[in-house]
Amino acid sequence: MLSALLALGALGILFGLLLGYAAIRYKVEGDPLVEEIDAVLPQTQCGQCGYPGCRPYAEAIARGEADINRCPPGGETVIIALADLLGRDPKPLDEECGEEKPKMVAYIHEEQCIGCTLCIQACPVDAILGAPKQMHTIIESECTGCELCVEPCPVDCIEMIPVKQGLDTWKWPAPPPPPYERPADDDDTAPQPAGAH
Amino acid sequence: MHRLFQFKGGVVLKEHKKDSTALPVQPAKLPPTLTLPLKQHIGVAAEPVVAVGDEVLKGQLIARAGDTLSAPLHAPSSGAVIAIADQPIPHPSGLSAPCIVIETDGEERWRPRQRSVFNFAELSAQELREIIRDAGIVGLGGAGFPAAVKLDPRGHEVELLILNGAECEPYITCDEMLLREHALEVLAGLLMMRHALNAQRCIIAVENNKPKAFRALHEEIQNTGANVELVEVPTIYPTGSEKQLIQVLTGKEVPTGGLPIDIGMVCHNVGTAYAVYRAVEFDEPLISRYVTVAGSVAHARNLKVLFGTPLGNLIEECGGNRRTLRRVIVGGPMMGTAMHSDTVPVVKTTNCVLVESVMHDVPLPSRDEYAMPCIRCGNCAHACPVNLLPQQLYWYARARDFDKIQDYNLFDCIECGCCDYVCPSQIPLVGYYRYAKSEIWNQDAEKRQADLARERHQFREFRLEREKKERAERHKKKRSAVSKAGGDDKKAAIEAAMARVRAKKAEQDSAPKNTDNLTPAQQRQVDEADRRRREENPATSPRDNKAENTQDRPQ
Amino acid sequence: MTLQTPPPPHIHSGLRISHIMLQVIAALIPAIICYTWFFGWGLIINTLLAVLVALASEALMLKLRQRPLRPFLGDGSAVLTAMLLAFCIPPLAPWWITVLGVAFALIVGKHLYGGLGYNPFNPAMVGYVMLLISFPLEMTSWMPPFILEQLEIGFVDTLGMIFLNHFPYGLSIDALSSATPLDAMKTDLGLNKTVSEIMESNALFGDFAGTGWEWVGNWLLLGGVYLIYKRVISWHIPLAIIGTLFVIGSFFFLMDPDTYPSPLFHIFGGATILAAFFIATDPVSASTTPRGRIVYGIGIGIIIYVIRAWGGYPDAVAFAVLLMNMAAPTIDYYTQPRVYGHARGKD
Repeated sequence: MLSALLALGALGILFGLLLGYAAIRYKVEGDPLVEEIDAVLPQTQCGQCGYPGCRPYAEAIARGEADINRCPPGGETVIIALADLLGRDPKPLDEECGEEKPKMVAYIHEEQCIGCTLCIQACPVDAILGAPKQMHTIIESECTGCELCVEPCPVDCIEMIPVKQGLDTWKWPAPPPPPYERPADDDDTAPQPAGAH
Repeated sequence: MHRLFQFKGGVVLKEHKKDSTALPVQPAKLPPTLTLPLKQHIGVAAEPVVAVGDEVLKGQLIARAGDTLSAPLHAPSSGAVIAIADQPIPHPSGLSAPCIVIETDGEERWRPRQRSVFNFAELSAQELREIIRDAGIVGLGGAGFPAAVKLDPRGHEVELLILNGAECEPYITCDEMLLREHALEVLAGLLMMRHALNAQRCIIAVENNKPKAFRALHEEIQNTGANVELVEVPTIYPTGSEKQLIQVLTGKEVPTGGLPIDIGMVCHNVGTAYAVYRAVEFDEPLISRYVTVAGSVAHARNLKVLFGTPLGNLIEECGGNRRTLRRVIVGGPMMGTAMHSDTVPVVKTTNCVLVESVMHDVPLPSRDEYAMPCIRCGNCAHACPVNLLPQQLYWYARARDFDKIQDYNLFDCIECGCCDYVCPSQIPLVGYYRYAKSEIWNQDAEKRQADLARERHQFREFRLEREKKERAERHKKKRSAVSKAGGDDKKAAIEAAMARVRAKKAEQDSAPKNTDNLTPAQQRQVDEADRRRREENPATSPRDNKAENTQDRPQ
Repeated sequence: MTLQTPPPPHIHSGLRISHIMLQVIAALIPAIICYTWFFGWGLIINTLLAVLVALASEALMLKLRQRPLRPFLGDGSAVLTAMLLAFCIPPLAPWWITVLGVAFALIVGKHLYGGLGYNPFNPAMVGYVMLLISFPLEMTSWMPPFILEQLEIGFVDTLGMIFLNHFPYGLSIDALSSATPLDAMKTDLGLNKTVSEIMESNALFGDFAGTGWEWVGNWLLLGGVYLIYKRVISWHIPLAIIGTLFVIGSFFFLMDPDTYPSPLFHIFGGATILAAFFIATDPVSASTTPRGRIVYGIGIGIIIYVIRAWGGYPDAVAFAVLLMNMAAPTIDYYTQPRVYGHARGKD
């Protein structure tokens, strides 16, 4: 009886020590989940999710406060990636946040710009150049297309234009699946008659 | 007898080489306009050095190399520059890109040339490379890699220089005809290349279905006594692919993600050697090349074509009908690209124009419109010369599982099309691989963009925080100064503060914001914006501008 | 005129799934003729019936799944499944056995998993195992050889037996049926007889395997070699199965020839040859990497021997194939070939 107790106790202590050691040995610094979520988000910093930037949104997801379908710029790709990462089911984009659009960049109609700097203050990634009472211009390569500069402009001189399809962004299209491999329910745009060939 | 090795897989194809080797090569007719894309090579686009309206001479430099990895461009014929604008280029997208358009005058007036009086062996390797670079020579086998860069050993010991005359794709015979007609010049070019690389050995590899080309080379090597090995390699597609040819000749493999030079080898195309010879010996830049025109044309043959000539002109010249075209393929039937239009020009990498008409007079047996499901028969894996599992790649490409597909080494795929050719389900496998590759490249680019945006956002947050802190500190200082001073001093202090504010404001007016740490490109953009502003509104000062505009500000 | 811009390559060998399936069917025909020579019209009638049922089941499922009929009915895969299954059914089995088995193979074994290319298990073997488990009596009533020398059983008689349960000469199915050589061997070994006693005492056994059966096996082997020569199947799976049976069979035979029949008996007895060249090589459900195919074949060989020697069934080809079908994806994953330019030993 006593020996059994002792043996169990010893085992308990041993495993306790092992666990304790493992906890120290494999301690994870910071909150890797937030980093991982943040890495998936498109970094548009547009705030359409209701949080002031991508990282706050990532933190909210990690805390379990925000759902994974609140990022319109990321669209379906990001939702699926987040669902994968968090082991949840993907769901359609939350409509109250906005809709998925092709990638845009802001363009300032320079002849109308009055140089008020309001857009500069609004830009989350400092992608607008300019000075008070001087015309501003967008650094196109750094614009994330967040649209945050459009609203503050007093003269409505900022326009969002779709990114031009160039040779460097051109992609080979996916070969179309044969019509009989398209499930009938997700092909509502071009319904195939049964047995179509 | 040179010992040969085998690469795994590959396919034996119907050659169709005799179609276009019956007639001798002749120069193609001079078209009224030549359209020269600024980027006909791998690397950075060339930069125009001519303006619209300029008269140009044949061989005159019209665009200089944009960078080290770039190639200059020369006028293929004399005439006038009539446009520098976006034009359709031979690209699978069918998109347009910047081109220089020359209206030819039909006189073919050359710029002054210096026939070399020197022996090339007296030139240093670097001087030789400069001549080659300035002649705009790029790899003529298909990839279009700037030849001068590939002729620079960069500290590597070059054990073996391979001259690739395998030309394994069906229909294409431009290299074969070049060897038959200019074997000596090709040989001379090879020796120049060897000099530039300081290569220990040279091998010319020719597939055993080109006996005439082989004999021509053999004779010239005998006559000149050049220390060059001539090797006949078996006709199995894709022997002409650089990696496979190296394997056949040496049994060695180019490490994944690496270049042949990593294992002390360099591989050049026979056409490139010829161009090198013409450039060194005759001061001729690369302005034309041999192009095979085959398929649904009455007289399939090779033409010597000036760059910029529209494909349609060649098709007509060889007796094809432009109105009944169904497919126009630039390159061979296995790896060539189907064009959206027959008006796109011949460029430096155009080796063949393969035509299929709706009349099916020369049928090009293509895949069925709709693929059957994959039955995992493994024919594709058997045919794959790089030992991939195409059936798995196909599976993951379809599922858009781009992580998994890279585990199966998608990027080792050379897109030779063997898997596709033998697939009994007739699945467009290469189409799936190209799709997956371009998706992955795009995703990587997006990732870089996102990382940049994150960094800039974080820096902005940090800057705002810092500014807030600084402001708070200034306020604190000011307040303490104000409270310390009393009575008149206080008034004076306010006065002084106001003056400071005014001064600061004045300073702010002229000093732009966000202008620290600009890259040169951004600086250029700023300068340009300033210039535009000055041009558009020279009279009104910025202040007037604002006053004007505030009136129609929406309420 | 708009030009077509498909991705490369722009030519194709013209090979189709139907070409592959037809070659396999052609390779099967000599063995069917030989089988008929020894055992009468039963196989041919069963085969025709099975093909009809297969096409009907395939058409029904294609309609239900809204797939086009022509390409899938024409690919020959259903016909091949039917022929292989018919080959495994006793020649005088009642018609409903064939109908049930083939319908089950195609509807459950193939289409419920997603149809051509998506079935993880060999459909013919799925149908066969269902029959063997559900109707053990009908599925083990085989015809003895030489019966045709004693009785004249014509085409019409066979039809009557299969469809109307009407037996000529007042015979019953029990009188006309016997065990297979493998079955007889297993039963007699259970009675503590030695292998040589068994083989000498029973006319079922021929020179090295079963009378008649060994000849069918030879013709199947010939068909299989033709398929390898034509590159329709690769040599890996057949060689691995036969080689494994030979090695294990020899080992036990040399240890104790009284209890363990010779390796040739294992290779030419039962459905080994059929499985090695025609069933286990079904591309959809087999392993696809070269090394994987060898592992897959070895696995089948081992399972066949283990079940035959120590298990409860006289033959085990169907179980072996189905079990290894299950392992195929895993085998494929761990046997990826070394890709060009990658270091040896770590791919």
